[in-house]
Amino acid sequence: MNNRNNISQGVDWTIVWLYAILVSIGIVCIFMVEFKTDANWVQTFLGGKTNYSKQLIFAGACALIATFILLTDSKLFTALANLLYAFGILLMLATFVLGKNINGSKSWIPIGGGFNLQAAELCKIFTALALAKFLSRQETDFSKLRSQLIAGAIAVLPALLSILQHELGLALVYSAFLIAMYREGLPAQILIFGSSFAVLVIATLVLDSNLLAIILTALAGGLLLLLRKQVKKSKKLLILIIGTWLFCVGTQRFVVPYIFNNVLECYQSTRIYSMVGREYDCSKNKKSERKSGEKAARKPDDYNVRQSKIAIGSGGLKGKGFLKGTQTRGKYVPEQHTDFIFTSLGEAFGFVGCFVFLCIYLFLLFRIVKIAERQRSTFSRVYAYSVASIIFFHIAVNVSMTIGLFPIVGIPLPLISYGGSSLLTFTVLIFILLRLDADRQMVLR
Amino acid sequence: MPVVNQSRGQVIKVIFAAVFLLIAGQLINLQLFSAKYKLAADNNAIFRKIIYPDRGIIFDRKRKAILENINSYDLVVIPSEAKGVDTVALCNLINIDTIEYKKRMREIIFKTGNVRIGVFEALLTNEMYARLNENIYKFPGFSLTERSVRNYPYSVAGHVLGYIAEVDTAFLRKHRDEGYQMGDYAGYTGLERSYEKVLMGQRGVKNFIRDNKSRIQGSYENGIYDTAAVAGKNIHLSIDVDLQKLGEQLMNNKVGSIVAIDPKTGGILCMVSAPTYDPNYLTGNQRKKHFADLFLDPRKPFNNRGLGTYYSPGSTFKTVVGIVGLTEGVINERTLVTCPGFFTGCGTGKPKCLDKGTFQFKEAVAHSDNSYFSTVFKRTLDQPKYLTADSALSVFNSYASTFGLGHKLGVDLPAEQKGILPVSSYYRKIFGPRWYSCNIISNAIGQGEVNTTLVQLANVMAIIANKGWYYTPHVVDSIEGGDEYKMLDAFKVKHFTDKRIPDSIYDAVQDGMQAVVDYGTAVRSKINDIVVCGKTGTVQNSAKINGKMVPQQDHSFFGAFAPRNNPKIAIAVICENAGQGAWAAAPIASLLIEKFLKDSIRGQDRQAMLEEFLKKNLIPQRYRLEMAKRDSLKQIKEAQLLLQQKISKEATDSVENDEQEPELKPAPAPAKNQPMPKRKTDLAAAIPVEEKKYRKFTNS
Repeated sequence: MNNRNNISQGVDWTIVWLYAILVSIGIVCIFMVEFKTDANWVQTFLGGKTNYSKQLIFAGACALIATFILLTDSKLFTALANLLYAFGILLMLATFVLGKNINGSKSWIPIGGGFNLQAAELCKIFTALALAKFLSRQETDFSKLRSQLIAGAIAVLPALLSILQHELGLALVYSAFLIAMYREGLPAQILIFGSSFAVLVIATLVLDSNLLAIILTALAGGLLLLLRKQVKKSKKLLILIIGTWLFCVGTQRFVVPYIFNNVLECYQSTRIYSMVGREYDCSKNKKSERKSGEKAARKPDDYNVRQSKIAIGSGGLKGKGFLKGTQTRGKYVPEQHTDFIFTSLGEAFGFVGCFVFLCIYLFLLFRIVKIAERQRSTFSRVYAYSVASIIFFHIAVNVSMTIGLFPIVGIPLPLISYGGSSLLTFTVLIFILLRLDADRQMVLR
Repeated sequence: MPVVNQSRGQVIKVIFAAVFLLIAGQLINLQLFSAKYKLAADNNAIFRKIIYPDRGIIFDRKRKAILENINSYDLVVIPSEAKGVDTVALCNLINIDTIEYKKRMREIIFKTGNVRIGVFEALLTNEMYARLNENIYKFPGFSLTERSVRNYPYSVAGHVLGYIAEVDTAFLRKHRDEGYQMGDYAGYTGLERSYEKVLMGQRGVKNFIRDNKSRIQGSYENGIYDTAAVAGKNIHLSIDVDLQKLGEQLMNNKVGSIVAIDPKTGGILCMVSAPTYDPNYLTGNQRKKHFADLFLDPRKPFNNRGLGTYYSPGSTFKTVVGIVGLTEGVINERTLVTCPGFFTGCGTGKPKCLDKGTFQFKEAVAHSDNSYFSTVFKRTLDQPKYLTADSALSVFNSYASTFGLGHKLGVDLPAEQKGILPVSSYYRKIFGPRWYSCNIISNAIGQGEVNTTLVQLANVMAIIANKGWYYTPHVVDSIEGGDEYKMLDAFKVKHFTDKRIPDSIYDAVQDGMQAVVDYGTAVRSKINDIVVCGKTGTVQNSAKINGKMVPQQDHSFFGAFAPRNNPKIAIAVICENAGQGAWAAAPIASLLIEKFLKDSIRGQDRQAMLEEFLKKNLIPQRYRLEMAKRDSLKQIKEAQLLLQQKISKEATDSVENDEQEPELKPAPAPAKNQPMPKRKTDLAAAIPVEEKKYRKFTNS
């Protein structure tokens, strides 16, 4: 091993291979979307004008950057973590001034040569580093509420900025840090509470509000009846049950409708409602009311999801074959080369293809978790879990939205979707992890 | 402390795996258990282009093509590519203005969208095509496409052949499961309609992949699911196109109809309905205008008077009355009846008869004696063996029914009417339960409530010629490649008249009918070397004009067959409001008989007769008035239009608005009046005045 150069020392080649495979699959998928029968594909690949050709160039650039990262010293990341986080936040603030409007969100910074950079994407890396840095501080005791709040704030700040940039999808991604924090000792109750709350919100959407109120009351009543002996003994339990009941009914009656009608945009409410198979009445939406003065609100529909489900569903068990997807070739799915790239895969290679593809992803995630657990330093472990969480969150949300399990939010499929910022972000995320892993014997602070 | 939370790594792995399992579950649901997505995908992306086969060609009995296909061209455009077109130049080439150009473009974009092909100008004339073909390269986005168009080389038999037209929503609703779609053409009238299935052929399908804007991307799976189009089958008619042509020429400037049948086969030799129209009028790009013109003509040229219009049969009905009387034995050939100028049997002095005297059967037919047949009819109904007039009438009707009267014959053309054989319940309503023969005596001479179509009358002639049998009259003789849909089977069934009628009775009737032509009412129409049996008819009628029933000139009827011994043609002619049967209908019938049997009109006298009837204008007065009104209105409009144009061009010029006297000459076709269906007025016209009175009486 002595004659091997310094870069490959201790690098986890499995991850590198998985990375390469996924990026290649991505380029092939984009190729399937953009392919035209009459064009010479070799030429278009080298021409640099088509998206798959551009993605190839991005991949090349990312390979260079990955090499650079592997050449750096791990200590650099611990040292720069807070600085980079500050830089990222500044960058996001800068978008409000320099931002370029693409697809309705002002989160892109033009960097010349026709390329644009999405600051929020990069900020994910910095947030991961900053969180790792904070949790790995010797004085941090994560079992204390104060530390938990600070850690939460680190993740919430860029998320808030993203919301202000109308990038709901990117903002949601920051909730992935909860998983990393959970690993570091965040009480499980928070996760349980969070998921219970999600169930309540979904129930509010699906069920008639009166029926749900009756069910909740019945549940509370039933619980009181079951625990009547304990309740007699302790007033606290009674207050807890009644308090929970009040909270649930309040949420269901007032909070959720308020959020849908006053906080979310009409199209967002519609998308979420269409998830559960219901129609949202936009006339209730305060924001659309304000807009209707300017122009008649376009009636949003579930065209995207419908077409996406058709494309994937028509793939069947084995798919239609490479370049034979009729929906892909007919450009029926909007944004198919970016957020809906999974549909081209689903149509061409069917369930078998999708399953294999998801297995590759799952393998990657498990591998990262395995790497995380073998770190000696907390910094590296927290960072590794952050990477796993972010990737997991992207995959879960992106794939779920293409198959109709989640409302449509614009977040890309890691390493597959077309887009330089996204590819660069994930490359950097993964290769910093590899760099840290290569130095896993060191204790980094 | 990291050690404390190590188990949480496992929990996270489980969460990851659970979410992935959930996703896989939904994928299984979508991809393996939901067939609807496959269907939806096919609906999205596969464009099934229908390949239209050529419609079948129609031949006449001498194998002359009378309805065939020619190629025509459409000017089509893809709006999104039509940028920077020299619109003025293009408009000049197809004679429209730029406003019309913009209007059409908007319509095309509205109809088919911006990126697909839309028809800009359909069915270009040859001249336009030539001009455009030279210059088409100057107009990006525009191109010329070929299509097949129906063509009628002889310009005859519009009513029989019919026309095709683009299907409308009503048609689509009616033929839901037959695979028609918007933009298809289908037979709307005539044979085009009744033999649509045969003529249409089998449409082929080509599968293409299309994109989200419906642009074709290429063939689907290299065409393995495509089917080839099968051309429509050709059909052969019993129509003789030369006879048809002569018939139409003879009926020029007349209103009426001719039906000729081959008695041996039931094949229709010609079916003329006047006024007719050139079927080619309805194929070119002026179709809409021509259609409107014809549709608004007061004479209703679209009606097929051969089988869709009711006429009182008049004296031609006496043949049937005579046969029933002879069969029932109420008279024999030697029975004598005297006519002092009117029928004496009922004491009303009606009906009148023209030639006074005493006749036996043959002479009564020859001179069309009203008293004789009134007597026969009265005796038939008054027979004691039937006890009541009700049952006697039903016996009479059952005889008449076997002659193909009172019900549809089943001619293979649309819009056939069934005629009316009035039944006793009808008379009970009018005359009460104790009605008797004298109430309905005008039926005896074909003037009462009996109504027939002309094809039924021609068929009666064929029955008498055959002495008691007929095949259902039909136009189509055979279908090339076999009668797949069994459409011709009905025409191979021989129908017989009542079995009680012996041949001798037909002989007696034929004797009488021969006498009609030899020395009777139709003596002028005698042909020297052909034994023609015929029967004239002169039908009183009235028409509603300005809300009043006004008696009109009689309809001229003639039914005949020839030659007597080996009948080859049975014919019925009606010439509306042309006077006695012998004046118009009989000569026209005789000319057609000669033409059919001898292939030409021979001799100077006959040639002169031909010339006379080719020129004769027998358009009824009421139509002339209406047409004159229409024409003058048109002229005023045109003059006003001209005036406006001139005023706008040169303001200094003063132009007089020269209103022209309404001409009494009939225009060749078009009009703008009375969009009421003609059949109804005819029906009213055919019901005699007498019956109207009764109706009034019972109403009040």
